[in-house]
Amino acid sequence: MLEVKDLVVAYGRVQAVKGISFTVEQGQIVSLLGTNGAGKTTTLRTISGLLKPVSGEIWFEGERLDGVPAHQIVTRGIAHSPEGRRLFPRMSVEDNLLLGAFTRRDAAGVRQDLDRVYGLFTVLGERRNQAAGLFSGGEQQMLAIGRAMMSRPRLLMLDEPSMGLSPIMTQTIMRTIADLQAEGTTILLVEQNAQAALQLSDRGYVLEVGAITFSDTGAALLEDDRVKRTYLGVDL
Amino acid sequence: MNRPAFLASFERFAAPGRLVALVGTALLLAAPMLPWAYRPALDDMTFWFAPSPLQWCGLALTVVLLACLVLGWVVRPQGRRSLGRRLNFNRGARAAAIALLAFVAVVLVASALELAGLVALEPGGWLALAGAMLAASGVLTLPRGEEPTLRTLRSPAWLQILGIVLALAFVLFVAAYGLDLDDPGAFFSFGVWAGVVVWVAAQVGLLGWLSTAAGQNRSVLVLSAFVVAFVFPFTQNGSDANMSIAAGVLIFAATAMGLNIVVGLAGLLDLGYIAFLGAGAFTAAVLSESAFATIGWSPPFPIVVLISGCVSALLGLLIGSPTLRVSGDYLAIVTLAFGEIFRISMNNLDGTDGPNLTRGSNGIPAIPNLDFFGFDFGSPHDIFGITIGRFANYYWLLLLVMGLIILVFTNLNRSRIGRGWVAIREDERAAEAMGVNTFGLKLLAFAGGAFLAGVAGSVKAHVDVSVTPDQYIFLESAFLVAGIVLGGMGTVGGVLVGATVLKLLPEKLRFFEDYRLLTFGLLLVVMMRFRPEGLMPDERRQLEFHDDDEELADEVADDVAAHRVGSVVEGTSAEPGSGATAKGDHR
Repeated sequence: MLEVKDLVVAYGRVQAVKGISFTVEQGQIVSLLGTNGAGKTTTLRTISGLLKPVSGEIWFEGERLDGVPAHQIVTRGIAHSPEGRRLFPRMSVEDNLLLGAFTRRDAAGVRQDLDRVYGLFTVLGERRNQAAGLFSGGEQQMLAIGRAMMSRPRLLMLDEPSMGLSPIMTQTIMRTIADLQAEGTTILLVEQNAQAALQLSDRGYVLEVGAITFSDTGAALLEDDRVKRTYLGVDL
Repeated sequence: MNRPAFLASFERFAAPGRLVALVGTALLLAAPMLPWAYRPALDDMTFWFAPSPLQWCGLALTVVLLACLVLGWVVRPQGRRSLGRRLNFNRGARAAAIALLAFVAVVLVASALELAGLVALEPGGWLALAGAMLAASGVLTLPRGEEPTLRTLRSPAWLQILGIVLALAFVLFVAAYGLDLDDPGAFFSFGVWAGVVVWVAAQVGLLGWLSTAAGQNRSVLVLSAFVVAFVFPFTQNGSDANMSIAAGVLIFAATAMGLNIVVGLAGLLDLGYIAFLGAGAFTAAVLSESAFATIGWSPPFPIVVLISGCVSALLGLLIGSPTLRVSGDYLAIVTLAFGEIFRISMNNLDGTDGPNLTRGSNGIPAIPNLDFFGFDFGSPHDIFGITIGRFANYYWLLLLVMGLIILVFTNLNRSRIGRGWVAIREDERAAEAMGVNTFGLKLLAFAGGAFLAGVAGSVKAHVDVSVTPDQYIFLESAFLVAGIVLGGMGTVGGVLVGATVLKLLPEKLRFFEDYRLLTFGLLLVVMMRFRPEGLMPDERRQLEFHDDDEELADEVADDVAAHRVGSVVEGTSAEPGSGATAKGDHR
């Protein structure tokens, strides 16, 4: 579904992503793991068109994606819930969600999806007219995911959905991600919480300073010594 | 509830304080019966037992003060739905007494300035001042109490509509009477009076109720506002001088409203907006039947309006497409420069430095009056025995333009595009990630705003008779932005108020022309310090500047919910409570 080939992205002269390649298959959950500065967020931002790659190709459903402006990428079926949530804090919950559906013209479908998000995250529905900035971190994360869902994406990219959340809240979010996959959404996940992410993932890629060092199925990576030592904090 | 000790000690003096205030009120009631000045100054305050209009104004405020003092004594705030809780009489009394002190002081100072000095004041004036001081010091000891909750009162539709109509009648009275005051001191005093009346209404809780009523009867509000604006010329007894000021205010306000789309909604600071008004005016002038028009083609006016708008919009696209890729301060600098380039270009298109299009600094004079189907805008008409002069004719046309711009503004504000603009204003990168075509939308705001300014400019050319480059200086752009900031960015009412204040004051208070910039500068600094969201803020904006205030946030959310549903929930809405429990569950 999504294919990234030899992607190089640079901020000025500093290369943040140094020629990575990976694929995401239809219906999968794929995780990108790595420490801070490994290039995970940069990769997502490049896929969603917010950054222009230096070289390499991005293909989505058989169409070339690099070079397409950001606002058209959403129309192609990719939604991006950015790092740090980036909600519109002074706009209401409902306005935030409607912005997620900005590219859509089918009012009835949008209404339906709005109800779906409110059904999924009841807090949002109860306080739909309140400013998003007044919600707790976990609720804001729900809103960020809900907002990304509003464009009815075929590929949903989530950047650190568990950041700053309590363990219980993280579980809720992870369960939601699994539910979304069950409904047929393909998910590309960037996470620091490797344990939680790999349990869900069909496949995981480990990034180190801009390059993919190894990859495997989620289950296999959970058992991998290198992953255990570096990301799961297991002392071997 | 823990109350600070000093507050309790204040409250012990509440009863004596109220007595002192009542004594002051009695003096204030008596004072208008006496002469205040030796000779007529602001208005004729020299008679016994015959209050002048300004003295009547003071008397009206005094009656409000008396009512608040007595009711605050009698009615105890018991129960959340009691009258005492709905209306806060103590706050009202405080506001009224302080307002009276300010009003009396302004009247006395203005009188003294216009007469020989303080010696020209008669005992009545001093009595009023003493009364106001007593009342003010008395009310300061009264407990302030909580915010009034009249806002949340469910009231029948007829009462709400009556309230709106009465409020707008008050606006009409203030506008009609104020504009007719020629004496600067009287005008200023009356302006202060009108301002403090609104403040007192806000403190008592009436204004909150009115804004709820207005929110629920939006069409009534719009209709009656339009009627008030429409009948306004009939109140001016055929005075074309007054109507020329009114027409000037309308042009300024309409332009500010167009800029409000750019600044208030999309958040693009445009410091050269006046150039778009100028482009429209010059286009209309050049295409008019003036003997000095440099193009020998004069299409009918509706077509000229369209062309003017399009020329401005084109300029907007031209200047916008390279600069809107950068953001924030850069845009402000580029637009500022653009405004100057426009003015200088208009000066130079005089035939010697380039093609003769604008006749340079002479501009294009003698632009003929409009004529629609035999209705000549230049000649007076008698309607209901009242002479409707040239400027009143244009006033109505400008009202139409204003209506158009407000219509565009409100529809955009509520639309998907408006939501996109607000998102860009809040976080451009995030908006882009949502699929908002940020560049396209910004360009649309820029060009759309320019189009509306061009339309306003085409009418302005005919109102002003002549169009010259020096009418479109940077200062005008700065005043437009100031008007928006003063009133409340992104709102209709606020920008109307801000633009009116900024345009009307210099017209009526000629003597302070030299200090105009100083005063407005001070005013803006004070506003930024105490009320950065503007006089009549947008609910969203209010949050923006006070986003640490959770109570306000709940209030705003309730208000928004109430507006959407179309009925106000009694007391505090159930939503926040249930939301809070749900929040607790998740933690």
